[in-house]
Amino acid sequence: MAMPAGEIEALIRAAFPDAKIAIEDLAGDNDHFAANIVSEAFRGVPRVRQHQMVYAALQGRMGNALHALALQTSAPE
Amino acid sequence: MTNPVFVEIQNSIDSSEVLLFMKGTPLFPQCGFSARVVQILKHAGVPFASVNVLENPEIRDGIKEFSNWPTIPQLYVKGEFVGGCDIVTEMYQSGELTALLTEKGVTQHAA
Repeated sequence: MAMPAGEIEALIRAAFPDAKIAIEDLAGDNDHFAANIVSEAFRGVPRVRQHQMVYAALQGRMGNALHALALQTSAPE
Repeated sequence: MTNPVFVEIQNSIDSSEVLLFMKGTPLFPQCGFSARVVQILKHAGVPFASVNVLENPEIRDGIKEFSNWPTIPQLYVKGEFVGGCDIVTEMYQSGELTALLTEKGVTQHAA
């Protein structure tokens, strides 16, 4: 199972239009990524909830097409 | 009709102060992410119970719906979902995990 980085970014961008998104392919297999997402939508939101928002944006791919996504989420400084 | 798997999950969460849903066991973790959380809990000196989701496919899928979290491992402290591997790692590094455990009155032994 794998998923191109571009598709991940597009899905996240659709849900967080203002976001700064950096995606890194950790293993070069399109299956293990790290993503750093900075968006106003995360301001004041507990970290678990922030990650749940990102998983929702990925529309069920997390844990399926996408095996591992190390998430770093934050609001702009 | 309440989901029987959810009832089983709720019972196991209620019966342990710290509960880790993981792939494998603390002695033989079957996944790097699960293994990392086990290491963190050991370093933090926190006694914990664990559920090997590989032995129970219903729990493996049920817990994802129960917590609205798509991956394993999942850590629960005093009945509250704390997070997966990333969040527990981040919290441990920032000291937030120890603070949470202390606030919740969870016993911690010096590692």
